[in-house]
Amino acid sequence: MDFRLSDEQRQFADSLRRWVEKDYTFENRKKIIYSDTGVSESAYKTLVELGCLALAVPEDSGGLGGSSVDVMIVMKELGRGLVVEPYFATVLGAQFLRQTGGSPLLEDVASGQLKLACAINEKGAGHELFNITTSALAAGDDFVITGEKTVVIHGGQADGYIVTARSSGDQRDKSGISLFYVPASAPGVSTRKYRTFDGQRAADVVFAQVKVPKSGLLGTVGQAWETVDSVADYGVTLLCSEAVGAMEIANSLTLEYLKTRKQFDVPIGTFQVLQHRMADMLIHLEQARSITTLAVVKVETAGAEERRKCVSAAKVRVGQAMKFIGQQAVQMHGGMGMTNEMSISHYFKRLTAIEMTLGSTDHHLSRFIAQPGFATV
Amino acid sequence: MDLEYKEEEIRFREEVRKFLRENIPAELSERTRKRQHPTKEGTVRWHKILAEKGWIAPGWPVEYGGTGWTQMERHIWSEEYARAYAPGTASFGLGLLAPVLLGFASEEQKRKFLPRIYNAEDWWCQGYSEPGAGSDLAGLRMRADREGEYYIVNGQKTWTTLGQHADWIFCLVRTNSEGSKQTGISFLLIDMKTPGITVRPIHLLDEYPEVNDVFFDNVKVPAENLIGEENKGWTYAKYLLGHERTGIANIGGSKREIKVLKELAKKSQLNGKSLLQDPIFSAKVANVEIELMALEMTALSLVADGAAKKIGPEASILKVKGTEISQAITELLLEAGGPIGLAFDTDYIDGHSDHAVTGDDQAATLASNYFNLRKITIFGGSNEIQRNVISKLVLGL
Repeated sequence: MDFRLSDEQRQFADSLRRWVEKDYTFENRKKIIYSDTGVSESAYKTLVELGCLALAVPEDSGGLGGSSVDVMIVMKELGRGLVVEPYFATVLGAQFLRQTGGSPLLEDVASGQLKLACAINEKGAGHELFNITTSALAAGDDFVITGEKTVVIHGGQADGYIVTARSSGDQRDKSGISLFYVPASAPGVSTRKYRTFDGQRAADVVFAQVKVPKSGLLGTVGQAWETVDSVADYGVTLLCSEAVGAMEIANSLTLEYLKTRKQFDVPIGTFQVLQHRMADMLIHLEQARSITTLAVVKVETAGAEERRKCVSAAKVRVGQAMKFIGQQAVQMHGGMGMTNEMSISHYFKRLTAIEMTLGSTDHHLSRFIAQPGFATV
Repeated sequence: MDLEYKEEEIRFREEVRKFLRENIPAELSERTRKRQHPTKEGTVRWHKILAEKGWIAPGWPVEYGGTGWTQMERHIWSEEYARAYAPGTASFGLGLLAPVLLGFASEEQKRKFLPRIYNAEDWWCQGYSEPGAGSDLAGLRMRADREGEYYIVNGQKTWTTLGQHADWIFCLVRTNSEGSKQTGISFLLIDMKTPGITVRPIHLLDEYPEVNDVFFDNVKVPAENLIGEENKGWTYAKYLLGHERTGIANIGGSKREIKVLKELAKKSQLNGKSLLQDPIFSAKVANVEIELMALEMTALSLVADGAAKKIGPEASILKVKGTEISQAITELLLEAGGPIGLAFDTDYIDGHSDHAVTGDDQAATLASNYFNLRKITIFGGSNEIQRNVISKLVLGL
């Protein structure tokens, strides 16, 4: 057993951190999040140059074939800097392509030519990714997709979508789900773009009788659920890693504030009630970090049930940590924590957004309990 | 990053599991499993079995009888130990006194005391806390005044765990009242048979006389029983902090108890289903299990390849979380047991009868278990003190 990163991994993390700290400052980020597109082409280009995208692509598709641990490193650094570029969306999309047998599209992901978004949420479905009304009907060699997806992260900035659609069965059936790749430019695709509260972008994507050729089908018709479930788990580990990075900074900003902000003529960090709160924030972070490591390793190495158990455990524990750290960081910053000009409030917002993405704490607690192993003792 | 156990570690686990299965006297593991109070005889008997095997003091240097196990092997050992319901040992000498002797005692003192600790020929107890010195331990006042070749000791120690069994007590005593309160403290070994010592049991809320007041009235202690230098005792006592790496987290014990909890909850009924199928109860169980999964990773990271040689404030995190988890399980066990847990049968709990008065042996000890384990967030540096430690040493507040 060895929890250390390799020298290469550490150097990579360092170079990414240097770029984030130097170029992706809070002020620069502010310009990006209030710009028209909400993303920065040059920042994305840097991520490509640093190899962040290639890490998520296998070597035989022109990537670096990184492990889940490698991608965790990227997400953690992006979390520290609250980077809002469409990295998570693209890497998650790439994972769909990888798990359905690979695709020539992956080369374009690695080279930065293709940004992806995952159209997997529907209105009224909550966190149930199998709850799908969007239909995919076979029409000769083609498929016709009709329906609407909601809160597609970076759906307005993507070149193509990974889409879950129903080929057969009822709305909540796990069988009958198919996966497709649909270019954003395909006739019949339209988007309604909007901001999310954490400074990122999302869109509702409408598929109006969109014709998809057979080559756009990923995997087998009607049998995509296991892939969706597994890729979503991969996505959860990315988000947990990002959250660990964001919580590291939320904690250090709060600690710094405790040491410098004076009231009653002394730094407020001399008050024991705040010291203990800060100690609890540290403990939350350590627990979140530990369980994230477990999930990141298991998502790639474990069988399905063990994977679900560890990933859901991580989203639960990280969720609890995010809520405690986010809320208490704002509380201890006092009125300043309530302002949009302090970065701490942006960390709080991002942590809250992660809680709402790919399954809430309670969703995953319930999934953890539902695993057969929970009651088999 | 590699989270797999090595092949030799897996083999080691099998070896210790086999040894424990074959060597724990059945009546002793049964007593542990039933949560009945241990006896001194049983504890010493098991202690001697481990001593004979050479596994009683894994943490000691090999030349004094240590096992030479890696930190990971020690972690595996403690996990298997709990899993097998192995009884306790005469642990105060082994775990709390011996490291101080090894670090600061003279060769003669080591030769005199360590083998007797190893073989449980002496039962040691700890004399640190006083009525006026708990979390603020350095405020202790029990005096040891030098008179020729002796110290004359006057004062009181309290919360002395299993002091009623003890042959010896290791004490922090005040040898100097000048200067800061930390500077005048010395580390002194006292034979419990010395005239002037009175032991008075304290019954805890579960009616178990687990701890004692120990009174010292003009007790004459040979000066050769001083460890290290006079007035340096505080340094020696502090040396112990963080000495235990992951044992304090009780990972193995909590894993075992979650299993027990789930088994009990499966047998208990609520609304026509098993309690484990109840969404509210199962959520509580799951939350504890997840917390334990996270803590296990934290603990493993401290014993894995490349872990820091010296453990720092991580010990405080392990203590806080480990004890919170253990307590949460005792609470859920009591809840899962239901109203029959109200019955309080000290004959059974003390092991004087084989079965509880209600006929439900398992439920009979859930309350005493719950009440007794409230101590773990109080002793060994209360969890509030641990937060002070984190706040000072990690956060710099």
